[in-house]
Amino acid sequence: MQIIYTDVLVIGGGLAGQRAAIGAKRRGHEVIVLSLVPAKRSHSAAAQGGMQASLGNCIGGSGDNEDVHFTDTVRGSDWGADQQVVRMFAHTAPKAIRELAAWGVPWNRVERGSREITVDGKKKTITESGEAHGLITSRNFGGTQKWRACYVSDGTGHAMLYTMSNQAIAAGIPVHERMEAIALIHEGARCQGAIVRNLITGEVLAYVAKATCIATGGFGRIYRVSTNAIINEGIGAAIALETGAATLGNMEAIQFHPTGIFPAGILVTEGCRGDGGLLLDGAEHRFMPDYEPEKTELASRDVVSRRMEEHIAAGHGVKSRFGEHLWLDIRLLGRDHINTKLREVKEICQYFLGVDPVKDLIPVRPAQHYSMGGIRTDHRGESPQLRGLFSVGEAACWDMHGFNRLGGNSVAETVVAGMIVGDTIADFCDSPEGAVTLSTSLVEAFGKREQQRLAAITDGGGSESAFELTRLMQQTMTDNVGIFRHADRLEEAVATLQSLQQRSRNLGLRNKVAGANPELVAAYRLQGMLKLAQCVAFGALQRTESRGAHFRADHPRRDDLNWMCRTLASWPDARGDLPTLTYEPLDIMTMEIPPGWRGYGAKDYIEHPDTARRQQQIDEILANVQGDDRYARQEALMPFRHLLPDELRRNNQRLGEQ
Amino acid sequence: MEQIPVSPAARTLHISIFRHNPQDPASEPHLQTFELEEADTMTLFIALNELREKQDPTLQFDFVCRAGICGSCGMIINGRPGLACRTLTRDLPEQITLAPLPAFELIGDLSVNTGKWMRGMSERLETWVHRQDLAQVDIDRLEQAMEPELAEQIYELERCIECGCCVAACGTAQMREEFVGAVGLNQITRFQLDPRDERDDADFYELVGDDTGVFGCMTLLGCEDMCPKDLPLATQIAFLRRKMVAVGY
Repeated sequence: MQIIYTDVLVIGGGLAGQRAAIGAKRRGHEVIVLSLVPAKRSHSAAAQGGMQASLGNCIGGSGDNEDVHFTDTVRGSDWGADQQVVRMFAHTAPKAIRELAAWGVPWNRVERGSREITVDGKKKTITESGEAHGLITSRNFGGTQKWRACYVSDGTGHAMLYTMSNQAIAAGIPVHERMEAIALIHEGARCQGAIVRNLITGEVLAYVAKATCIATGGFGRIYRVSTNAIINEGIGAAIALETGAATLGNMEAIQFHPTGIFPAGILVTEGCRGDGGLLLDGAEHRFMPDYEPEKTELASRDVVSRRMEEHIAAGHGVKSRFGEHLWLDIRLLGRDHINTKLREVKEICQYFLGVDPVKDLIPVRPAQHYSMGGIRTDHRGESPQLRGLFSVGEAACWDMHGFNRLGGNSVAETVVAGMIVGDTIADFCDSPEGAVTLSTSLVEAFGKREQQRLAAITDGGGSESAFELTRLMQQTMTDNVGIFRHADRLEEAVATLQSLQQRSRNLGLRNKVAGANPELVAAYRLQGMLKLAQCVAFGALQRTESRGAHFRADHPRRDDLNWMCRTLASWPDARGDLPTLTYEPLDIMTMEIPPGWRGYGAKDYIEHPDTARRQQQIDEILANVQGDDRYARQEALMPFRHLLPDELRRNNQRLGEQ
Repeated sequence: MEQIPVSPAARTLHISIFRHNPQDPASEPHLQTFELEEADTMTLFIALNELREKQDPTLQFDFVCRAGICGSCGMIINGRPGLACRTLTRDLPEQITLAPLPAFELIGDLSVNTGKWMRGMSERLETWVHRQDLAQVDIDRLEQAMEPELAEQIYELERCIECGCCVAACGTAQMREEFVGAVGLNQITRFQLDPRDERDDADFYELVGDDTGVFGCMTLLGCEDMCPKDLPLATQIAFLRRKMVAVGY
């Protein structure tokens, strides 16, 4: 078996992985990026509408700053997020966007003067200042108080990923394409690389590294209807889980995006609604204001998706032979706007639906979109259980999203976390702890174990089809672990997944062709995906409350008294059929914002006695802070800058704020 | 959905696919024909996956986003390069022939190594912003202003998804392996337009001022005709050639 040595192994070539790679490389470490596909084809490219960063340049963003971004994100998370991490994020996001601006991303810019926009179904004129002309502009998105989503038409992720990839090429970082990590190499509480399969030749090889960083994105493909790319099967999270040591956080927190086109599930951006688009029902009635008078179409995604499904269940959907759906109406935005700011949306409608959104309605229904959960890390991006194992981006539960992510906060997380974690990876490699201590024989033993696992599938003569079992898994997740969850349905999902797991031990192949063999790929991935699916279903069954995107119809209230905690799943017994769940408390007494109403959605929740105590404490602390310096007030409540790398600690300049 | 016309009776598609597995010494390139019952709103993404799951699990092809934005699934569809994921079978006749994109290394069947080709092109043409102080940019301060219109023009050229359809449709690329293709020349025009890139025309001439670059183009316009993103490739090449001629003399 070939063994490749490097300082840093980054698994995943999307925005998060490449930014972490660039950070570690700048500090003088050799980095190799592994990617299932050419890096520029990673799912980051699918981010359409924008990246949240509180620049506050345009008129709709004026008055925005880190404090407002922080508040929106914590409310969006339904108080499930780590508030210190949210602070680190909100503080670094403007730096991330400015770095990308210098590197070449053609962000849309503020244009001075008046123009007509669409708000609440009506035309309105706004005027941009001359001072802001040429600075980065932003658009409105759900769950935010300001226009904060910086964008490049509706190809934001594409433009960011191309710039990032090109800078990684400039830095001389090799991307080993069509390579799949199928197991982590670990000894005791230390991870030192991965066993990797070549998806062209089928060869198995080992990469030994001081630091290993998983940046493989989400796992939407455990669902049948998902906006995710077909490579988003969560294998990075699965191999971390399969170490038996590393934990996955909040796996039951799954986001459903309101506007997947129906029935294909392809995403059309939240920017459609941010720019003034409306949701209509079967009678072409705009129904969101009936449910959510405060934020209407621009409540957070979990709330809008729930309201849509509720409205369909009440008999107001549009009936079609594929099932029921609702309409997204962007006709009122006009041809010019659609042709310049929503052109990918236009293409998607044209090619996949045969409709022209300038004059036609777009059929939509919520579809699985994002995994808030993932590999649990500390604020530095490292697994608390496995030293030398880092994770970043959607693959990680760093935990800035809690139980619901705001639109535009995911691409922002990828680059922000990449900047921070790239630096902590370099620190780790520089420390004595970073030394590679692994014996070659252990590497060989891991390689042999994986080769035997593959051979058991290839030569075992089993009778089950991986394609068939994958379909059954996806169906049960979409049917039973969706937007509205209930104990009965969740129990059914857990039992179904247990039986599928049993059956997956008897997989067989119809063909043993040389090379990667797509049937073998489906087979070994299925075993990891079933474990992830079980973490989601079992975690959802155990969490008897409703928080953010996790909604239990049989426990409809948020329960701060009993569930102010993060779920941690591990899989210590490889032959076991359920994860081990433990819970990590979220301490209200250290929060900058104690739990409350989000400003949209349900007003009814079970309060924790600490909430009032902490609020009183906050009032006292603030009463003792001299002056109205917002940085000093924040610092007094919950310091966070010491957690950031030195060069990211300074304040961000804004128009009218030094 | 009322908009989607229902075909009166489902057609049986006859899909002929180029088959070859270079990893298998016994494999010979050949066409294999499959029969498949057409479904409503069936794309080639759905059709190929159904063939692999139900008929031949060894079939190799590449899809990632399946939404027409990542450029993975470029292939020759009835003689023309295009993105398979957004090609609806109802727009094709019953006889469909699929072949891998030419000019790229074959991985197997319909899968080709566009990633390796594109990385090579990027390294050779240095398709990134060149600036002395890039690592020292002060990211705490306000960003450099840029004219809104210029930002939009740059994005127009940056919409390229490196799918390889322009290379497959290019006469020069078929004859001259070193030719950087419309994809490469378009990227040069993108960075030339960008004020953040400090390179001047003489620098770009060094990169594309010969017949592996802008002077290799025979103006057959296949690239622009076949570009799934409708990029103005021929115009960009013509514009670049005029600039490069000026530098050359």
